[in-house]
Amino acid sequence: MAGAVPAERRMANDIAANLVHLPGASAAEAVAGHIGRFWDPRMRTRLFDFVDAGADGLDPLVVEAVKLLR
Amino acid sequence: MTLLKEPDFGTPERPGPATVSVEVDGMPVTVPEGTSVMRAAALAGIDIPKLCATDSLEPFGSCRLCVVEIDGRRGTPASCTTPVAAGMSVRTQTPKVEKLRQGVMELYISDHPLDCLTCPANGDCELQDMAGVVGLRQVRYGYEGENHLDAEKDTSNPYFDFDASKCIACSRCVRACGEVQGTFALTIEGRGFDSKVSAGAGETFMESECVSCGACVQACPTSTLQEKSVVELGMPTRSVITTCAYCGVGCSFKAELRGDELVRMVPHKDGGANEGHSCVKGRFAFGYASHPDRMLKPMVREKITDPWREVEWDEAIGTVARRMRELQQQYGSGAIGAITSSRCTNEEVYVVQKMVRAAFGNNNVDTCARVCHSPTGYGLKQTFGESAGTQDFRSVAEADVIMVIGANPTDGHPVFASRMKRRLREGAKLIVVDPRRIDLVRSPHVQAEHHLQLRPSTNVAVVNAMAHVVVTEGLVDRAFVDERCEDFDGWEEFIARPENSPEATEELTGVPAEELRAAARLYAQAPNGAIYYGLGVTEHSQGSTMVMGMANLAMACGNIGRDGVGVNPLRGQNNVQGSCDMGSFPHELPGYRHVSDDAVRTVFENLWGGTILAEPGLRIPNMFDAAIDGTFRGLFVHGEDIAQSDPNLKHVTAALEAMELVVVQDLFLNETAKFAHVFLPGASFLEKDGTFTNAERRINRVRAVMKPKTGKHEWQIVSEIATAMGHPMSYGHPSEIMDEIAQVTPTFTGVSFQLLDKLGSVQWPCNEEAPEGTPIMHVDEFVRGKGRFVVTTFVPTAERSTRRFPLILTTGRILSQYNVGAQTRRTGNVAWHPEDVLELHPHDAEVRGIVDGDMVTLASRVGETRLKAEISDRMPPGVVYTTFHHPVTGANVVTTENSDWATNCPEYKVTAVQVGLARPRRDDGAENDRGRERDELLTVVD
Repeated sequence: MAGAVPAERRMANDIAANLVHLPGASAAEAVAGHIGRFWDPRMRTRLFDFVDAGADGLDPLVVEAVKLLR
Repeated sequence: MTLLKEPDFGTPERPGPATVSVEVDGMPVTVPEGTSVMRAAALAGIDIPKLCATDSLEPFGSCRLCVVEIDGRRGTPASCTTPVAAGMSVRTQTPKVEKLRQGVMELYISDHPLDCLTCPANGDCELQDMAGVVGLRQVRYGYEGENHLDAEKDTSNPYFDFDASKCIACSRCVRACGEVQGTFALTIEGRGFDSKVSAGAGETFMESECVSCGACVQACPTSTLQEKSVVELGMPTRSVITTCAYCGVGCSFKAELRGDELVRMVPHKDGGANEGHSCVKGRFAFGYASHPDRMLKPMVREKITDPWREVEWDEAIGTVARRMRELQQQYGSGAIGAITSSRCTNEEVYVVQKMVRAAFGNNNVDTCARVCHSPTGYGLKQTFGESAGTQDFRSVAEADVIMVIGANPTDGHPVFASRMKRRLREGAKLIVVDPRRIDLVRSPHVQAEHHLQLRPSTNVAVVNAMAHVVVTEGLVDRAFVDERCEDFDGWEEFIARPENSPEATEELTGVPAEELRAAARLYAQAPNGAIYYGLGVTEHSQGSTMVMGMANLAMACGNIGRDGVGVNPLRGQNNVQGSCDMGSFPHELPGYRHVSDDAVRTVFENLWGGTILAEPGLRIPNMFDAAIDGTFRGLFVHGEDIAQSDPNLKHVTAALEAMELVVVQDLFLNETAKFAHVFLPGASFLEKDGTFTNAERRINRVRAVMKPKTGKHEWQIVSEIATAMGHPMSYGHPSEIMDEIAQVTPTFTGVSFQLLDKLGSVQWPCNEEAPEGTPIMHVDEFVRGKGRFVVTTFVPTAERSTRRFPLILTTGRILSQYNVGAQTRRTGNVAWHPEDVLELHPHDAEVRGIVDGDMVTLASRVGETRLKAEISDRMPPGVVYTTFHHPVTGANVVTTENSDWATNCPEYKVTAVQVGLARPRRDDGAENDRGRERDELLTVVD
């Protein structure tokens, strides 16, 4: 059903899928950069909470990006 | 202002460097080579009598009223069809030509009703004028001979009448329909005395292919084609030049009034965007501004289940300010925000975002451009360095190959489409990339060289495959790339990979590889290749990637930085470009500068006082999520109907219901207002002073034709809310707001109302380097320095057809309606499009037992609606299509939460659906009532 996937998780995974082609560490940096540049802080906090809760369903690249964002 | 009568030079301008000097009645005049004698005379201040000639049309030489004598030449040539020659001496008034002209007029008048005093065109009739000019004193033939005075009147069009008894068969209407509009709906039927203007094959105007653009009405020299409003109200007596409030073409109009009553809108010849042309919406569909549904008093209520209570402005403004502040005290300063409107002026948008940033103290401001062209802003900024299209509209006249991707200009941007069709008739080639066979693919005198009928959601794969052909077949413009661009090598390696080839992507995209290769070669090898695109590009989960993919392709072929080329978004609403320019996005201040830039924030902080947050705020879909989450409690919605226009309406309405304060400012009590606690009535464009910025970055003046019916300007209301919240904002006139915009926005530093009044319009950037604006961008270098190639990996959408939802729904619009129809459904335009229908392929219909006209259900994983089926082979099997102008469609009931990865622009264009025969319902007979009740549960905004 719509909305079953939390918005921040879906959005972060979409960003990762579109930037994963970048080489090496630059992919995680680009994901972190995009989220940092375009997301309201409360959304980033929710994303951090997903990661802290086990990162269930999150692209590993997002997890890497979150490390940079913190 | 008195009624503005623009000069008519009789025949079109023939621009060119070579000139010719002649004498007309002894007056020397020098004109460009190829200019007609008639035009040269007019430029010398001598008006030669004419009826079949007008300077918007090619000369025809039919009426023989413009005959002249030329020294050394035999006879009396028509001055409209005779070009000037060096040393020519022309005499426009001689006994011989005067006699001839009187003879011509006698013939005309002998077959014309002598009802001038009661004719609606009395005082605005060229036949009447010419009778005076030629000194007609008698009609020797009498009036009893065979004539056309009993010809039947065609009143079928809702906006104009065709009275054939007054027709002089000058063909101006027929030529306007072809040359100006490009529809070719009119013709001259019969021969000799039986010649008569005919719509289609002897049909009425409404039955014919006429698109009601009004070019014929404007061209008619008599009252044969006449606006009904003129018949009803009389000839206007004054005009105000202003800008249309419909699509992103931004046509200039003369609003012609009689007293304070608007009689008609006449496209302005000096309008930079439209140059005297219009469509049915801009010219005729202004009745909504005075529709009885307009709300004119502010209203408040405690709960959305309470009835509305009319209040004075002070109470409404005070309520908004007090409750917004209370929410911030209770939930934090980030608990409130606002949405700006692409239908409002730049000045109004600017004050709304200023209210948010300065008075609300956060960056929670977004605009309806979020749901249409936000990927354009992102994609063009990444590649070219500026969030805007590259060309002016005139540029298309220099294009050799035109590629239209995900746009339907003849319906969505009709006045630009007329320009485009003119160029196609001159021989330019056309490539259409669209799942649907739009009219441009094949219409009178236009046939696309290639129609790449791709599957919805595969745009990126197609543009990558085209670029693959360019790279692997040696079609790259190396000199351009080497000098002007960067990051090419990495992109070249990516795009040349076999998986991007047309053959590899054919199965996915549905586009035959050979056809795609041919199209790519055509575009790449054209001297000038131009790309025009619309929401069929942006409203996808890969919208931003596709914008960058088109930019890559254009750069690789050297198609940037001069006339006839470029990457050009066709913006949906009148001020999409402007609302984005004005700092409506939550991460950008005016001029597309990120809020994290300390130097930029300092400029605004010094001017406004206080502190601007360095963190981005919430986008529209994020606001909805946060509302349901409980962290976002108050929203000011300016001129937008999110409860109709945004996707996954169940989610949207749940968010609106969750908020404690929703403020709606609009012309009408729209769907969103059902969830509002305060309603602030808005002003129509006819009541506004300010500017709109169109799709070509052209800043046009909007001038008030009448005072606001609500008693207050919208910028004034917003300023008073901010002031009541403790942040004083005060302007005496919108020009002062533009002065402030110019003060803080580098691309606008030269813009002022004074400059706009002087030049008519300017295209930004308009500053010290470009004091009169910038028609073409990136001429010598890109705004970002080097054009940047970006790797555009194709990432398929998560939206897939399944056994349960095997079809893909995509959406579009129709000429006569606009957006969710709030304006056009309150005009005579309903005559053309009484309801939305679901187009589906004969195969898809047959396997479901559906026949044309059946009521069907349209269901996705998030919702279901019903509408009428229309069997059509415009789409390939597996794809269904609908417009979104009528409430009963409810397309956003079925659209999903999927969005562009970079900008969150909703993926309106791809929804997996199932279609089935609807069971008859008890209320099917009252479909209109159901529609009215649900009033405007609609769909895609742009």
